[in-house]
Amino acid sequence: MQKGGIIKISGPLVVAKGIPDARMFDVVRVGKERLIGEILEIRGDFSSIQVYEETSGLKPGEEVESLYHPFSVELAPGLLGNIYDGIQRPLDLIRAKKGDFITRGIEMKAIDREKEWDFQPRVKIGDNVVPGDILGVVQETEIIEHRILVPIGIEGKVKEISSGKAKVENTIAVIETKKGEKSISMLQRWPVRKMRPYKEQLDATEPLITGQRVIDTFFPIAKGGTACIPGPFGSGKTVVQHQLSKWADAQVIVFVGCGERGNEMADVLRKFPQLKDPRTGRPLMQRTILIANTSNMPVAAREASIYTGITLAEYYRDMGYDVALMADSTSRWAEALREMSGRLEEMPGEEGYPAYLPSRLAEFYERAGKVICLGQDGREASLSAIGAVSPPGGDLSEPVTQATLRVVRVFWALVAELAYQRHFPAIHWLRSYSLYIDELAPYFTKEVASDWMELRKKAMALLQKEDELQETVRLVGLDVLSAQDRIAMETARSIREDFLQQFAFHEIDTYSPIKKQYLMLKLILDYYDLCINALDRGVSLDELISLPIREDIAKAKYIPSEDAEGKIGNLRQRLKEEISKLGSKE
Amino acid sequence: MGREYTTIKELTGPLMLVENVVDVGFEELVEIELSDGERRRGRVLEISSDAALVQLFERATDLGVEGARTKFLGRGIQLGVSEDIVGRVFDGWGKPRDGGEEIIPEKRLDIGGQPINPDARAYPREFIETGISAIDGLNTLSRGQKLPIFSGSGLPHVQLAAQIAKQAKVLGKEEEFAVVFAAMGITFEEGNFFISSFEESGAIEKATLFLNLADDPVIERIATPRMALTCAEYLAFEKDMHILVILIDMTNYAEALRELSAARREVPGRRGYPGYLYTDLATLYERAGRIKGKKGSITLIPILTMPDDDKTHPIPDLTGYITEGQIILQRSLHQKGIYPPINVLPSLSRLMDEAVGEGKTREDHRELSNQLYATYARGMEIRELALVMGEATLSDMDKKYLKFADEFEKNFVQQGENEDRSVKETLNIGWELLKIIPKPELKRVRDEWIEKYGKRKKE
Repeated sequence: MQKGGIIKISGPLVVAKGIPDARMFDVVRVGKERLIGEILEIRGDFSSIQVYEETSGLKPGEEVESLYHPFSVELAPGLLGNIYDGIQRPLDLIRAKKGDFITRGIEMKAIDREKEWDFQPRVKIGDNVVPGDILGVVQETEIIEHRILVPIGIEGKVKEISSGKAKVENTIAVIETKKGEKSISMLQRWPVRKMRPYKEQLDATEPLITGQRVIDTFFPIAKGGTACIPGPFGSGKTVVQHQLSKWADAQVIVFVGCGERGNEMADVLRKFPQLKDPRTGRPLMQRTILIANTSNMPVAAREASIYTGITLAEYYRDMGYDVALMADSTSRWAEALREMSGRLEEMPGEEGYPAYLPSRLAEFYERAGKVICLGQDGREASLSAIGAVSPPGGDLSEPVTQATLRVVRVFWALVAELAYQRHFPAIHWLRSYSLYIDELAPYFTKEVASDWMELRKKAMALLQKEDELQETVRLVGLDVLSAQDRIAMETARSIREDFLQQFAFHEIDTYSPIKKQYLMLKLILDYYDLCINALDRGVSLDELISLPIREDIAKAKYIPSEDAEGKIGNLRQRLKEEISKLGSKE
Repeated sequence: MGREYTTIKELTGPLMLVENVVDVGFEELVEIELSDGERRRGRVLEISSDAALVQLFERATDLGVEGARTKFLGRGIQLGVSEDIVGRVFDGWGKPRDGGEEIIPEKRLDIGGQPINPDARAYPREFIETGISAIDGLNTLSRGQKLPIFSGSGLPHVQLAAQIAKQAKVLGKEEEFAVVFAAMGITFEEGNFFISSFEESGAIEKATLFLNLADDPVIERIATPRMALTCAEYLAFEKDMHILVILIDMTNYAEALRELSAARREVPGRRGYPGYLYTDLATLYERAGRIKGKKGSITLIPILTMPDDDKTHPIPDLTGYITEGQIILQRSLHQKGIYPPINVLPSLSRLMDEAVGEGKTREDHRELSNQLYATYARGMEIRELALVMGEATLSDMDKKYLKFADEFEKNFVQQGENEDRSVKETLNIGWELLKIIPKPELKRVRDEWIEKYGKRKKE
């Protein structure tokens, strides 16, 4: 076939002339080493290509070959538990084949072609099927059943369906469509920049429980929701992201390490296989896909990694699962976008970012949602997207944060001052918000406790009040406060230290079931109510503040979840007794 | 290979455009011979079918469009390495500066390096004892970590770096250990300070230095840290050595990058630095680490001076996003006469959790450090409050916290430039200081440790 030739090289941008029939976003192979690239711009006979690999040594005149399809990912059993780079090359296989460093021009299939899976059909010959229908299943890992769907665009009568051992490229079904017979294998492809379709989007009604108290109780995200975590470095973004990917009650997790630290990915790779999913008791890795394009890996592949991640997430959503995608960090993705835009000599917008940054971000987050999947069974599924943002200098007015805040509905504000005080997670209780509260209220009231919303509101009000009172204290000292206000301050402190602070590395505290969260908060607010009553009876403030049981309240977070009901119940009882005793002395 | 051209078309700042070139690769090394025989070096920055844009590493003085011959060498910038590289001093380009012979290379390596496959990385978890309390106790360094020092002009970061280089060791192990030191644009005195400090302690035998001093070519600074890291990778991953790399001063490096970017008329990002500063810094810093199945390791301490002590300036900011923590030096502590003037509150070691504890440092280390942090943070808040309202308004408890903050700076943070404290000493000082605070206030350490390490007289 006729090929084009390189005429210019500038970093990851290569300009080629004479690629026959060049089309936007088609994948190309560049130069002797066949580096992978993608066409970004076409002007007459000239195509601008972003190359996903290092370009040093490349020369003008070398060949450029178009593969005539847009950049796509492979979808089939075998994705879970894998670690891929930004363009879906398996990093463990690259290592086995090429050694400890990533070299160039590696061609590697994302999915193992030789592995045999036990295919169990779910349709019979003669059934009518439409896109999204489940043809059959294979047990991909102990906890996830991989459902093979009728591909988009294929509709008709099942003519053949197999059963038993099959490799991903084997034909497992033949469907008779209006346009003739179509053979279907377990291996399918999808272009990453295109959203996978669903039947209908639904309103969010159920929270994504994360076991993190500040999130679940105060700023919950819905299944199918979007959230962002902006924060300066050192404020604990990555730990929060890791905690979410460990404990969120999604069935499948896709974690995209986009332009971040290599050692952090090493940490995930080391820990996830050992950690057990609290619901199934199986290793977390069995429900996880990792995409790692660390900061020193080629910048163009970083741009692609976010799309690779969300496409894989959509694929599992289409099977009917609740999927959560974590992207750490979307700022690095935006920077990659900026770098390519600069090299294309586009007109820069704010801070040099291209003018289309906000629309690209919106497109990305819009791929999240709770949906009814394609297919006749009307199964529901969700895709939640949580993006970390790394604002330069912690300045939230910068373009990436601002563009993100306009599209996401939960904002977890990480604050450096809290991190300095070792208040973790350093999510600020007054600056963060969740717009899902009202939608999720019925769920919490029904599933957790009828006074859930009330409790939450009361705690929030106390924290607000503390903030105002602190102003006064700063100006005129603690002594001028009324006894009631002092109790409010003490309770707020207790909420902050004994409830909001959560130690990610403590075996029990790392995950707090929603019921335990409720009991803990209730205990703290009981203290407040009982104290206010006691003050009315004339009990002295000092006695209330120095109650010994407060130390036990502080340690309630370390009570194992299964004992929480009983033990926290006992604590409440004791608290009541101790305070009423104080009254009787008078 | 080795074709020569006399077709220089344009010279602007550190950039040179050469026309009618054939078969030249991107990032190829270039040698320019002036009419008087002097040789300069450059690198291909952009290449199109007939013209190459070359970045000059040295001055463009005396260079004209005529008379000079440009030679493309058909390879990238390389460093010749062999085991003899240890104990030598080079300039920023890898040429001997100590008067010795050029080394006979075992092999030549491209200085650009290749990214470590994240799947091949071994997580850093071995404690490095630096003998400095503020680091060992509260911001512990691990083998394979990258932990920068954020300093300001006039602060003693040079002394601190030299002290770390001198004292760093892994407990209970005698292993091949060496320092690779790269200086970018530091003054002659600072360079000399390092050399003499290495000589004094005998560490020079186990050190390789790459020096680009303040009066050396600016653009050469872009190559210098890559030379050092290439040398470190060779020693660590091929010769099984544990390497501590010190890069000073990254601010000068970033400025060289900015100069180049401005000459290319690129769209600037924040404060005129190029938009790819993050990626560029990452390709340096991420070369630190450990690899599964390999004995050696690269631990990296980049040092940078924050312009106007501003942590949100792009250079410290982007560095902080890549590195695994940061050690921050504070001017006000320095003015109080405290050495090292490390402000522990904004300092952080992200890998600390794995590096401390039983069998590594001591079982109480993690909780003790949390307690010290929290107590000092509270003390600092009260100090601020006292400034506004006067000490008289403070409660008794507040005064105790205030006292703790003062004592903590004086006894824990402060130490001598040659004082090598063991981690146990460090922890014991911490417990001693906590005695200032009444026991019920210590919420972050378990009673067991208080009993065992911080036992008090009856209160």
